[in-house]
Amino acid sequence: MKPFSWRFIRVWQRNRDVFFRLWHSEAPGFIAEPIIILLAMGFGLGAYIGLVDGQKYIEFIAPGIIASYAMFSASFECTYGSFVRMEYQRTYDAIIATPLSVEDVTAGEIFWGATRSLMTGTVILVIAAAFQLVPSPWAVLIPAVSFLEGVMFASIAILFTSIVPAIYSFNYYFTLFITPMFFFSGVFFPLSSFPQIVQTLSWIVPLTPVVHLTRALINGEFHAYLLGALALIIILTVLFFSLSLITMKRRLTV
Amino acid sequence: MPIIKTQSLTKKFKDLLAVDDVSLEVEEAECFGLLGPNGAGKTSLIRMITAVSPPTKGDIWVLGNNLRTHSRQVKTILGVVPQLDNLDPDLTVLQNLLTFARYFDIPKNEARRRSLEVLSLFELGNKANSRIRELSGGMKRRLLLARGLINLPKILVLDEPTIGLDPQAKYLVWHKLSELKSQGVTQLLCTQNMEEATVLCDRVAIMHQGKILSLGSPRELMLRYVGSEVWEIEISPEERGKTIKELDSRGLDFDEAGDRIHIFHIEADEQVTGLVNFPERLRRRPATLEDVFFRLTGRSLIE
Repeated sequence: MKPFSWRFIRVWQRNRDVFFRLWHSEAPGFIAEPIIILLAMGFGLGAYIGLVDGQKYIEFIAPGIIASYAMFSASFECTYGSFVRMEYQRTYDAIIATPLSVEDVTAGEIFWGATRSLMTGTVILVIAAAFQLVPSPWAVLIPAVSFLEGVMFASIAILFTSIVPAIYSFNYYFTLFITPMFFFSGVFFPLSSFPQIVQTLSWIVPLTPVVHLTRALINGEFHAYLLGALALIIILTVLFFSLSLITMKRRLTV
Repeated sequence: MPIIKTQSLTKKFKDLLAVDDVSLEVEEAECFGLLGPNGAGKTSLIRMITAVSPPTKGDIWVLGNNLRTHSRQVKTILGVVPQLDNLDPDLTVLQNLLTFARYFDIPKNEARRRSLEVLSLFELGNKANSRIRELSGGMKRRLLLARGLINLPKILVLDEPTIGLDPQAKYLVWHKLSELKSQGVTQLLCTQNMEEATVLCDRVAIMHQGKILSLGSPRELMLRYVGSEVWEIEISPEERGKTIKELDSRGLDFDEAGDRIHIFHIEADEQVTGLVNFPERLRRRPATLEDVFFRLTGRSLIE
């Protein structure tokens, strides 16, 4: 594996420019949807569920919504978005004919995906705060967690993108990996409500530690296991980031 | 010192030998043409020289830098014009150039100045704020050429630069390319257009099945393989056998091509007199690179 260079920033800048040129076609979906889910589930379902661990239901789900939609942002960006750039627009081919390497392109895509997570996470956090769902000042660290989470999910997504034959393959990625995490990572229900086998599985999928970390920062309640959660996120991030540099190189240098 | 040098360059895909032990040297400020039928290995060779595809075997030096260790430095001085359109459809014409300039670390003001310059060079000045999908095929091709010049390359690598262009645009591109050559820009030109190769190239290499079959100036190649003129006989199937026998007995160098026979290396008109009953069926015309191409790579479809 070859490392990437600072030149990755050029790819990041390219994606940023395109995003801010076309943001109105994409951004509302990523902001409106989580807000609708938060309010509909929080107030609607919340009226029946009442308190969870001494909290209002809407307070319980707010951190999970932040973590999930940060995940969705990086995942969409680095699957469909990256695939279109790579295969249909041939943008990567154009870029690697300049002083940038495949590694720079890959890292640029990942950090751009992570930036999308950061933006999504932050916007939902601000809106949640406006609804008085953010009691602790520790919540200012949430954008950093969203960014780290974004690097992790963008790396996993790019790894998948680098091996799929066609754009249709992403249906599997979302229905079998991303969407189940949305429901089984403690976003809407405490993990303890699941059967033991699901709980065990939940603990090893990457969204769970992020949900717990985000929830702890919003509530200002910390436990020792959160260090384990953070360590897990970092390990998965380094692992998938490195792997994606290798597999993307293999895909693009034929 | 040659500006590009390859040694025993080989590219192997699963069970296809795309480039087979190619050693060549391109001199500074020359236009070097790569000719060959589809699948001859031209694009694979170019992809290796532009450092986007690693060789299976062999080495490449550009300005004395080995590509295995100095690919980034080399890519800085290359301008690549690809065969397939890979313009950025999410950006406008001008933004395409500015973004590309940024990949080369060209400062903003300079990038803007150069972008407008290359746009007007290819007569796209009034399209600066257009979207890529609003451009015609010919405009896209010219924009690809303009983009290839944004870093003031020492070497321009062109893969079929005039494919799909109307004659006006084609001549514009040819004119600009010869101007660039006179300014000292080395060109590596991949083409199927024999006229283009004859007009632009100082030397051409004819590739077939991964190998370079022959190399020289267009004129040299014509003299070597066909002579300065070609005699063409239009022939009916009944006469064919008899005529071929006659050509053989006169010891002439000829090829059969459909309903025609081409005769090469004729030095005196007497060599062909009396070959056919109807003199209007015997014609003489100047040799072209296409004649050379057919002689070397055959007339049947290759793929």
